[in-house]
Amino acid sequence: MSKSSREPISDRRKFILNMARGAGLATLGGFVWSAYVDEVTASTLLLRPPGALMEEDFLKTCIKCGLCVEACPFDTLVLAAPGDHKPVGTPFFTPREVPCYMCDDIPCVPVCPTGALDEASVTKDGVLDIREIDMGLAVIDQESCIAFWGIQCDACYRACPILGEAITIEYAKNERTGKHAFMKPVVHNDVCTGCGMCELACVTEKASIFVLPREVSTGRAGDHYIKGWDKADDQRVKDAKVINTKTRLSEKSAMDSLNDSGDLY
Amino acid sequence: MAMERRDFLKSAAAASAASAIGMAVPTEVQAKADAAGNDWRWDKAACRFCGTGCGIMMATKGEGADRKIVAVKGDPAAPVNRGLNCIKGYFNAKIMYGADRLTQPLLRVDKDGNFDKKGKFAPVSWKRAFDEMELNIKKTLKEKGPEGVAVFASGQYTVMEGYAAQKMMKAGFRSNAIDPNARHCMASAVVGFYQTFGIDEPSGCYDDIELTDTVVSWGSNMAEMHPILWSRVTDRKLSDPDKVKVISIQTYTHRTSDLADTEIIFSPNTDTALWNYVAREIVYNHPDAIDWDFVKKHIVFAAGPVNLGYGLRRSDDKSVKEGKYTAKEMETVSKEMQKEVSAKEGPALEPFGYKAGDTMKNNGGTLGHWEISFEDYKKSLAPYTLDYTASIVKGDPNEDIEQFKKKLQELAALYIEKDRKVVSFWTMGMNQHTRGTWDNTLAYNVHFLLNKQARPGSGAFSLTGQPSACGTAREVGTFTHRLPADLMVKVPAHRKIAEKQWMIPDGTLNGVGKQHIMQIHRDIEDGLVKFAWVNVCNAYQDSASASHWIKAAREMDNFIVTSDGYPGISAKVSDLILPSAMMYEKWGAYGNAERRTQHWRQQVLPVGDAMSDTWQWVELSKRFTVDDVWGEYKPSGKRKTPLEDVRAKAKAMGYKGDTTMFEILFANKKATAYKLDQNDPIQKGYDNSEGYGDERKVVGSDGKVFEGYGFFIHKYLFEEYASFGRGHGHDLAPFDVYHKVRGLKWPVVDGKETQWRFNSKYDPYAAKETKGTDDEFAFYGKIAKALQHGNLTGKDKDSKKTPLKNKAKIFARPYMDPPEMPDKEYPVWLATGRVLEHWHSGTMTMRVPELYRAVPEALCYMHPEDAKEQQVKRGGMVWVESRRGRVKARVETRGRNRPPQGLVFVPWFDEKVFINKVCLDATCPMSKQTDFKKCAVKIYKA
Amino acid sequence: MKTVWNNYRYLILRRITQIGLLVLYFGANAWGWTLLQGNLSSSLILGVIPMSDPYAALQMLVAGAALAMDLLIGVAVVTVFYMLIGGRAFCSWVCPINMVTDAAAWLRDKLEINRVQNGKVPVKRVTRYWVLGLGLVVSAVMGVTAFEFISPISMVHRGLVFGMGFGWAAIAVIFLFDLFVLKNGWCGHVCPLGGMYSLLGKFSLIRVHHDEEACTLCMKCKDVCPEQQVLHMIGKESIPVLSGECTNCARCIEVCDDDALEFSIRNLANNNRGASDEISK
Repeated sequence: MSKSSREPISDRRKFILNMARGAGLATLGGFVWSAYVDEVTASTLLLRPPGALMEEDFLKTCIKCGLCVEACPFDTLVLAAPGDHKPVGTPFFTPREVPCYMCDDIPCVPVCPTGALDEASVTKDGVLDIREIDMGLAVIDQESCIAFWGIQCDACYRACPILGEAITIEYAKNERTGKHAFMKPVVHNDVCTGCGMCELACVTEKASIFVLPREVSTGRAGDHYIKGWDKADDQRVKDAKVINTKTRLSEKSAMDSLNDSGDLY
Repeated sequence: MAMERRDFLKSAAAASAASAIGMAVPTEVQAKADAAGNDWRWDKAACRFCGTGCGIMMATKGEGADRKIVAVKGDPAAPVNRGLNCIKGYFNAKIMYGADRLTQPLLRVDKDGNFDKKGKFAPVSWKRAFDEMELNIKKTLKEKGPEGVAVFASGQYTVMEGYAAQKMMKAGFRSNAIDPNARHCMASAVVGFYQTFGIDEPSGCYDDIELTDTVVSWGSNMAEMHPILWSRVTDRKLSDPDKVKVISIQTYTHRTSDLADTEIIFSPNTDTALWNYVAREIVYNHPDAIDWDFVKKHIVFAAGPVNLGYGLRRSDDKSVKEGKYTAKEMETVSKEMQKEVSAKEGPALEPFGYKAGDTMKNNGGTLGHWEISFEDYKKSLAPYTLDYTASIVKGDPNEDIEQFKKKLQELAALYIEKDRKVVSFWTMGMNQHTRGTWDNTLAYNVHFLLNKQARPGSGAFSLTGQPSACGTAREVGTFTHRLPADLMVKVPAHRKIAEKQWMIPDGTLNGVGKQHIMQIHRDIEDGLVKFAWVNVCNAYQDSASASHWIKAAREMDNFIVTSDGYPGISAKVSDLILPSAMMYEKWGAYGNAERRTQHWRQQVLPVGDAMSDTWQWVELSKRFTVDDVWGEYKPSGKRKTPLEDVRAKAKAMGYKGDTTMFEILFANKKATAYKLDQNDPIQKGYDNSEGYGDERKVVGSDGKVFEGYGFFIHKYLFEEYASFGRGHGHDLAPFDVYHKVRGLKWPVVDGKETQWRFNSKYDPYAAKETKGTDDEFAFYGKIAKALQHGNLTGKDKDSKKTPLKNKAKIFARPYMDPPEMPDKEYPVWLATGRVLEHWHSGTMTMRVPELYRAVPEALCYMHPEDAKEQQVKRGGMVWVESRRGRVKARVETRGRNRPPQGLVFVPWFDEKVFINKVCLDATCPMSKQTDFKKCAVKIYKA
Repeated sequence: MKTVWNNYRYLILRRITQIGLLVLYFGANAWGWTLLQGNLSSSLILGVIPMSDPYAALQMLVAGAALAMDLLIGVAVVTVFYMLIGGRAFCSWVCPINMVTDAAAWLRDKLEINRVQNGKVPVKRVTRYWVLGLGLVVSAVMGVTAFEFISPISMVHRGLVFGMGFGWAAIAVIFLFDLFVLKNGWCGHVCPLGGMYSLLGKFSLIRVHHDEEACTLCMKCKDVCPEQQVLHMIGKESIPVLSGECTNCARCIEVCDDDALEFSIRNLANNNRGASDEISK
């Protein structure tokens, strides 16, 4: 080793070594870089502006220019700054601070230069339609929502820009008092745009109705069953696939399990 | 297993049934259980907001001045709300601890510390504050007489505060210039009660809701303004959805329509036509529905003048003559003297001798009325055919007229349906109306014809807006024209009763009480009132044509004082600000819309140097002696005769020239008999800042630490006040009883409350009157119970008065236009009102962070097509401009309130959207209640 | 006074441009001005003409995003502008980081840190091209615009226009790196955006021209140049600076007392001789 280090290195060898060193360093840096990017884009609880692509595509497409932020007349949208623990530079909003006021002309979307905010997705019959936007879905914590205690609140309902559709009131008798009614807010999944007016208006200390990205706030019933009483439900399972199932019991092939009697006898 | 489950279900059902009929868990036991494990003290109180009167329980913690409210809960034992609250009630614990509570008296001073009308506010001592008040009141009494000293009073006073203020004003200063903000809220209801029943306040109670089959909400957004009552209506609807009908009659769509089976959108002011239409349906098309037995026995028909004007300024008013009203304003104000009968109101006025195009001179007087025949009454209803009614009433230009007619027929059919119980509810919609009194009486007409009044589950029911509009404003009588318990200042015999009760000389009380709240504002502008004191209200935010009154207060030579907990607009306009103890920082009592009186103890000490309004009045009384106030006064204002010098009579009663009003009115021998006693279970362990002074050692009005009056002043004030009504249909229970129960509905006779008045089965007074007969009812009110005769166009001046003992009245009253309607220049109706989240002018609720965040600003609700026409966007700003002024507001086209085209709604809670600068100060000329629901505006982009 | 202007005229103009652009961007967000909206990643002139960062667009492309027409037009506008006119002028006339690194370089000079650190440089100038490439690789692998998530340039610029957060840290890191670790470290060695513009700027028309006959070999130009390697011709031959790595900052012109350096429009026919400089050492 010590001998060879004193020998002059040929230019070719030097070149190869340098390239190898560069590539190694690049690989190392690439991993660190990737890990960082993975980390900062991992947050799934962000509410994006109207018309935003699915998060995965959005992160690819958003150029972080802030034109949507500047177009927003209510200062709803902000760009994530370093330290916000959100994908840096991307636009988002926090309904409890400033919700989306659902402007009829959706000024934030057409200004997007990259299509990260997709005009087509908020256009209906050739015109921008604010009812088409889908930023998230409001969910209610029924334990802390005081309407479920019987308090006459419905602040969320009255604040909803699509009241009577996105949030309705379910009336129920209050058997305890015997003469009052509960007025419980119910959010309708298919109408709610996730604007967050309800979250802002909620009078509990920490909002008991709050908006989450739809992927987070919704479950999925599965495609193997259709509501027989609901014609439209056929549409829901149009992508249904052939069913194959496996449980721990059926892990082994039939032959194997038949031949493995275990301690059966 | 199955058995166990069934047993459980059974017992659960029994439990809920028990609670339904009022067998609540004893709360003392519950309170003890709750308190276990911490040092909280639980006590009952009433909610600070609205006229519903929900009971709450309040937890306090700490000792002495450190004791603070930490939490509240709905009182499960309270019959009104059974432990529930609305969101304002939910925040009762937070209303007293806003960051900018007023904690010391503040006076406008120059740089040397002398009072200066143009100076900045600086803290002063209580002594200095009272010095300034004393100085200015004495100066005013000398220059202008008692009429120059005025008080903006309140339906949010506690009973004791209202009574103390009323007593010092009327007996001390001999001034009737005290009138509450309740004037803005239910004066039309009061005059309606007086005219119809001869006695104030509703015949029914909230139990009607559980018993009725039909709820008709007339121009009332109960869902937002009376949420707990609305939840009871909702429960009733749920319990029998097919049978129970809910009708929402409104000028725009709002939350109350959500539950309604039918919604009728009417054009502003035409509700009078709608009532007459229902009456016409009964009289003309379903005469068999009239209960003639009842009507003949208990009802007379009556009419009054229709040329009453609109309660606006008149042409001979000083400020009008001085040109303080612009030409634009005068376009509307001039209608006060005379107006041309419009094509819209023409047909309705024809039976009364006017037709479209006639000039109506508004000089008919106001309250007078006379008996007419049923045939005359029937004639007055003739115009309200379905076609005419629908044509003027339909409020949504886009609604199909035939569809609309069907709804009107359906409404009438529900009222008429035999055995169907009907409750008609209303609040501001019918009261804030230039024909508000008429509107109220028209409601009773329909119920009377059908014998659906004062019966369990049936009746026309006027709800109140404020927590003690009934209890303090009406029952205590803090109105310019009233004394306690329906006594009237203009009736000499009534004054005598009060003078005797108050131990003041004969002739002390002033017999002219015409300075209602708008009149006080106008008298300030005219220079008659030189001293005005704002108590427990926000008179400079809550009055229409606000710019005039603010200008008068700030720019003229006068002295305005405001007592408040927070710096609202009235405080800003004032010369002196006094820090007041709020709600639970004093002993108090409220009376709600169903005649339920509820008391509470002082829970905590006030903040800073704040003291209760009772204390402020009593301290002020120390500054005035017999010689100061009981001499002779020359005619002043509307009083055309002198007030006699009663000092000699006073001396004959044992008073001296230098005996103070404090000694006569508040610390007299009756009063001092109410002892402070820490062994008394009612008082034990509770503060009494007026009685003992308190640990804060507030330096009082004499510059020394205030050590207390040494007697139980609240109990004295309440008991003395109660003695006015006992035995006269207004009986209240003893003070101590109210501290043991969850309120009682008066009259309380033999310890029992009354659910339905005038009904002999429930009301001991009615039972007494009908004893020995088979009469079911006795309308035993005493006011205006003898009438001359006449017809729809006038009275027969020579006719004899017929007494109407135990009878009520049905009035012939037409639809008439309001004085200002949309025209070319101002094409849009403006209606104002409230929102659930905020209480009145928002001084308290806008300081609760959660409520502020929920509704931070007043929006201008308008129809999307109207917005499009004005090229304004939802969320954009518009100017709302009338002949009187303009304000900027944000447009909402999709919200909770959805007006038809041609109408906008702006709530008035937001001092930044000062909509009362835009509103018109037209009033019902009979009740003097301002019509905040309609004026003409234009809307344009800001 | 005249000398001050003479010695600093381009520096002053550059600062005015840099700060002026920042003010315009800031005004757009704060007061709704429409002269220049957005930020350096993508902006809109007078609400009409789009401009977009070509490197960001490249990342989007490899990350698999569909490139919108507005974006492509914006990239074209920027590319054509710098290719034809500006050279790598973005770095010295627009980028806000330039002010940070210039400050670091000035302080480094004052503190004579150069003299104690004359040893081996830890990072080579070619690194920026590695970073540029690596950014694209990471973008492709992770499916996001990788450099945009760490770019101190966007962070600082966005920060100044929209709110900084911890963006100050990015400034501090670069400042300290340039001050203590490597002269002109960030702009001259690491920044891939600089690399990108170096590649684009190779063909631009505005060039610094060297007049060998006037040169007295004082080497002030080389001392002041953040990309010294581009001035290899000083005192040797009269040719324009043809390397794309020249930022057209014009400091060399200002410090030259002999009028041996001046801006010139490149003679397209005559540029062959510099072609061998391409990606420099």
